[in-house]
Amino acid sequence: MTSTTPTTAQHAYGSGPDRGIGFEERVRRVQDAAYRIRHHVLTMGEVQGQGYVGQGLGVADILAAAYADQLRYRADDPHWEERDRFLLSIGHYAIGHYAALAEAGIVPVAELETYGSDDSRLPMSGMASYTPGMEISGGSLGHGLGVAVGMALGLRLQGRDERVFNLLSDGELDEGSTWEAAMGAHHHQLGRLLALVDVNALQADGKTETVLRTEPLLDKWTAFGWFAQRVDGNDVSALLRAYDEAEVHSELTGRPSVILCDTRIGRGVPLLENREKAHFMRIEESEWQLCRDELTAGHEGANR
Amino acid sequence: MTTAPASGTADAPSATPKLKTSAMIASFADPGQKTAPAPFGHALAAAAETDPRIVGLTADLGKYTDMHVFQKAHPERFFQMGMAEQLLFGAAAGMAETGLVPFASTYSVFAARRAYDFLCLDIAEPGLNVNIVGGLPGLTTGYGPSHQATEDIAIFRGMPGLTIVDPCDSIDIEHAVPQLAAAAGPSYLRLLRGNVPTVLDEYDYTFQLGKAAILRGGADVVFVSSGLMTMRALQAAEELAVHKIDVAVVHTPTIKPFDAETVLAEIDTPRLAFTLENHTVVGGLFETVASAATRRGLGKRVVPIGLPDEFLDAGALPTLHDRYGLSRSSIVARVLSELG
Repeated sequence: MTSTTPTTAQHAYGSGPDRGIGFEERVRRVQDAAYRIRHHVLTMGEVQGQGYVGQGLGVADILAAAYADQLRYRADDPHWEERDRFLLSIGHYAIGHYAALAEAGIVPVAELETYGSDDSRLPMSGMASYTPGMEISGGSLGHGLGVAVGMALGLRLQGRDERVFNLLSDGELDEGSTWEAAMGAHHHQLGRLLALVDVNALQADGKTETVLRTEPLLDKWTAFGWFAQRVDGNDVSALLRAYDEAEVHSELTGRPSVILCDTRIGRGVPLLENREKAHFMRIEESEWQLCRDELTAGHEGANR
Repeated sequence: MTTAPASGTADAPSATPKLKTSAMIASFADPGQKTAPAPFGHALAAAAETDPRIVGLTADLGKYTDMHVFQKAHPERFFQMGMAEQLLFGAAAGMAETGLVPFASTYSVFAARRAYDFLCLDIAEPGLNVNIVGGLPGLTTGYGPSHQATEDIAIFRGMPGLTIVDPCDSIDIEHAVPQLAAAAGPSYLRLLRGNVPTVLDEYDYTFQLGKAAILRGGADVVFVSSGLMTMRALQAAEELAVHKIDVAVVHTPTIKPFDAETVLAEIDTPRLAFTLENHTVVGGLFETVASAATRRGLGKRVVPIGLPDEFLDAGALPTLHDRYGLSRSSIVARVLSELG
């Protein structure tokens, strides 16, 4: 083997943004975390021989920024009352989320090999009842933001200020329920709510623009009363700046925030980035090591 | 012609003016009957005094589900979600995830048909203590199929872990609300609202979640009923006594989990057995009783009194209850004809 899954994080996570170390160092930490998350995604993908590897690689930077920089949590106590909530409504992105939970120390790295196997705590589609750190059961799309609205309302009513993040996809913007929730969040002024939209421009039947046009996204969210930003979701510096800006705007009672993240499916592995885009990607047995090698080479090249 | 369009037919004007559909929520109380105003709203407001976890949500139907009474008593614990039922249930789930006990009200048709996926996956699958309150269950409005939830129980019975309660009167509602708040999992309450008849205070009975109760004994016929049809069953039983027919009434306000023990003991007798429900004969109380009887191996005939497997007419409620066999007189006629 020319490269293997790298070791786990050197830093304890879960205290929120560490502004004492400077922005550049925060970016480096998140990039390193994203790199390990991508390796974890490949590990799980190889177990199944296929799957939502492209999506997992695409959102790795968004997840890394959340778990390695922004969120407050205790890895050894996933139900800690004062944790920020991270809600995955796109159940099939579980492969990416499990990778992030492993990076965060909430799920053991060794357990990732059970992904999608019988009796595993890591089913193909993410469910709260199976996995520590999973707040909700996603999968039926268009649910996460509504539940996030309720959580933010419930926390605020009880005098608490934990933040609620919801990672959703641009495909989920087809669902009317997402927009019901968008209106609800604005109406109730849920400033501690942050929506992260993975705009990979692809859904099950093809390109988003050919399935159901959702653009102009920034205008739509702004018109719904949200503090909306749009960034390259694979540019960690841009992501962290947007996260920081959203945090500045996160009054207990105020506009909810959304970060629209343009991402590239398969990001970090050129072989997959350039493959014909498919919602459910097939990868040959011989290709997994090649994927790992490309990922490692790319990360080392960037750090040189 | 004085007939309102909503209740009119193609017939020529007749000497007797036709009944009118009237308001969305028609009262099914008999003239002069004892009633209690907004029993659900008052019960929820009272329960919230001692249980700080209780919150109330609605989807633009606070006034029509008696939630406004709770809103007035506990304004800071009331949440208007707008005419957005998917958000109503999703947000209720999110609030329950933070330790609150939400009661979320809308009409039964919207709860069952429009936002099922959200009730199923956000609330029932995680087993959250969210209590769905559905107005206009069965045939309690003359507005037609858009508002008549004739199949809500049929839709909900298949949902794992969902408790289904079909109360008879104001007393049932008053006792059900705190018990639903105290019980751990999700529930669906078929709401009777406005001036709701008070009936069961005349019987030696109190609502117990999950339990059926024998309200009166009878040697010839046994009625198994739920919801407002228990009131009609009791009225029909009194009228049948005049015909020298002795009728027992078994009230089973909890449809799921079903108290098969109590009900089957009453069914498994030589008496002619009926089920009476404000719901289609498909998938409701009748089929709940029938499946329990079959499981037990009872080869017993049970006669269903309920709504037909049809989209129902619009019109005035008393007209429709007569037309579809829910009125006291049609129950009496049905029993007499069965007894030949």
